[in-house]
Amino acid sequence: MQITGAEIVVQSLKEEGVDIMFGYPGGVLLDLYDALFNSGIKHVLTRHEQAAAHAADGYARSTGKVGVVLATSGPGATNLVTGVATAYMDSVPLVALTGQVSTHMIGGDAFQEADIIGITRPVTKHSYLVTKTEDIARVIQEAFHIAGTGRPGPVLVDLPKDVLAGKAKYNRPKSVNIRGYKPKVEGHQGQIKRVIAEIKKAKKPVIYAGGGVIISNAAAELKEFAEYNQIPVTNTLLGLGGFPADNPLFLGMLGMHGTYKANMTIHESDLILAIGARFDDRVTGNVAKFAPNARIVHIDIDPSAISKNIVVHVPVVGDVKGVLTELNRLQKKEEPVWGEIRQSWLDQVRQWSEDRPLSYDKDSKQIKPQYVIERLSELAPDDAIITTEVGQNQMWTAQFYNFNKPRTLLSSGGLGTMGYGFPAAIGAQFANPDKLVVDIAGDGSFQMNIQELATIVQHNLPVKILILNNCCLGMVRQWQELFYDARYSSTCLSSNPDFVKIAQAYGVKGIKVEEKKDVDAGLIEMIKHDGPVLLECMVDREEGVYPMVPAGAASNDMIFGPNKKDTKKLKVIKKAAR
Amino acid sequence: MKHTISVTVENRFGVLSRVVGLFSGRGFNIESLSVGETIDPEISRITIVTRGDDRIIEQVTKQLRKLVDVIKVTDLTDLNFVDREMILIKISATEKSKADILRINDIFRGKIVDVSPASYTFEVTGDGGKIQAFLKLVKPFGVKEIARTGKVAISREL
Repeated sequence: MQITGAEIVVQSLKEEGVDIMFGYPGGVLLDLYDALFNSGIKHVLTRHEQAAAHAADGYARSTGKVGVVLATSGPGATNLVTGVATAYMDSVPLVALTGQVSTHMIGGDAFQEADIIGITRPVTKHSYLVTKTEDIARVIQEAFHIAGTGRPGPVLVDLPKDVLAGKAKYNRPKSVNIRGYKPKVEGHQGQIKRVIAEIKKAKKPVIYAGGGVIISNAAAELKEFAEYNQIPVTNTLLGLGGFPADNPLFLGMLGMHGTYKANMTIHESDLILAIGARFDDRVTGNVAKFAPNARIVHIDIDPSAISKNIVVHVPVVGDVKGVLTELNRLQKKEEPVWGEIRQSWLDQVRQWSEDRPLSYDKDSKQIKPQYVIERLSELAPDDAIITTEVGQNQMWTAQFYNFNKPRTLLSSGGLGTMGYGFPAAIGAQFANPDKLVVDIAGDGSFQMNIQELATIVQHNLPVKILILNNCCLGMVRQWQELFYDARYSSTCLSSNPDFVKIAQAYGVKGIKVEEKKDVDAGLIEMIKHDGPVLLECMVDREEGVYPMVPAGAASNDMIFGPNKKDTKKLKVIKKAAR
Repeated sequence: MKHTISVTVENRFGVLSRVVGLFSGRGFNIESLSVGETIDPEISRITIVTRGDDRIIEQVTKQLRKLVDVIKVTDLTDLNFVDREMILIKISATEKSKADILRINDIFRGKIVDVSPASYTFEVTGDGGKIQAFLKLVKPFGVKEIARTGKVAISREL
């Protein structure tokens, strides 16, 4: 039986188990939206395509399933670009379907035409322009396969109007066979044994675990591995939740705004076990000065991540979960002998932790943003999902919220996309209707996708928005304070709207907290309310994110605040960087 | 160091731009590039000459392998291989210089593909060194125009 291309798309999505997608309609997609109308697949209309992409991303990160986003040709498709790039940088499985003008019009600068394949080429794992209706089923099957396997990533499928309107038989191949795409999943046995040998030799080892642990669902295996070997663990931003924050071996996040103990441990270590992480510049600081005495083991599914930024001594290419399982199995055969050897190292690590714990002025009369996050961490259930925007709100969350479970922190790490957190929370809430989902936002980034208040109202989605309002673009302002003689160029948001009134105008419950003593009550009211809430906390504008490894410095070269001693240190670092 | 990398890819539209885009996007350089179908019409071979230290070349090959449409990547530099390039070259010729030009072309086993009262067009094939030498020798006569194919290469069996 011949059916339309639009119907083939819907059937293919169902075959992939898609029950929800996020999108925005338009002219060339009318056939597809018509086919979706009674299809049983839930379509969530966001108020901007970028938000639809982030929502699909939040859905994917919180579940591990492939997220689906749909946008029309031209501006609809170009509005997806930031969302697709965000997913690409953070290895999020996403299928982006875009409408395209009819095949005979492509290249003619037609109305709402854009070469979206060309535009997104550097930020997609793969992409397809479908030119025949009979290819749709195969292409969508391949798109889901590529997006969700190996190192996951976004795949874009461009669907011209005539291809959607045309008719063909639904001919989905029995299996996917792409000769150029065979991700290597199993780690090499010889390499895995070399890892064990490295661990035996090491006196000062540290595990540096990234988002790959969460993507590969390997949190339990990582915990077993770390505890068996008694090796301290530091997480990247995207790795948070991949190792329990309340575990005594946990060091907190490392890197530019990492903890003192994490950065000191990395710097002084003689063996770094990098697991599902990619030595991003925010982690390494000055590459030439990174962990000068360490041998480096790198476990990652992406061969190109190995030795990209840092030379690796023992690479293991493979799925993190499989490799860790194998390491645990092999090690179990032997008695653990290194408990005592490690003791002095673990004592040293504990000392660092005591020397310089994360801190802020707890006696301040003003509301400190860190305090709000600490209280939320205390009051929210362990399985609550936290999304963040980008900037200070994101770093304070990473520092002061205790993530004990994987897939509980959704944040734009690689691309650093402001406006990510709120729509991502929408996607996560649809996927986890019974969990508490909170977007920790800044007053700047929240305004980048503020229009989605309409989406949560339409679906009575109980997403909570916690705005840490410091009336400025805090992170950029902090850099201006430290590096540009406090010349606050374009970082003041003095004309902020009344966020509570805006929330109310959309029909969302709004709460404003201006006194420190009211923080708990505000948070509890937010958590308890059965529906969407916007909670605005007026926080200290002058508060900064510390410690901080200035760009270009070594990771043990941290500054702890805008005090005289550190400003002096800064000048030296700045000079050296030049 | 100079590397000659042979890449077999799916013969589809858009594949070349993925390969080229990867080079420009990641700051790798391309000295020459040539593309053509293989014996299997569904597969094309791209021969790329690039320059970089070991780490860059390692990244180049790894990133190429990551492309879904790329089937196989071989860095021929470490292997025994033959490479050839073809050049079409139009040279000004006068009554006086004709004999000299033709002699040089003979020595390089070039073919005359076009003649006009004031010029010759030759087709010369060879490895990079031969092409360079030929160019150097004919340059004083006045080169009006050249077109080069870029290098193609294949591994040796023995």
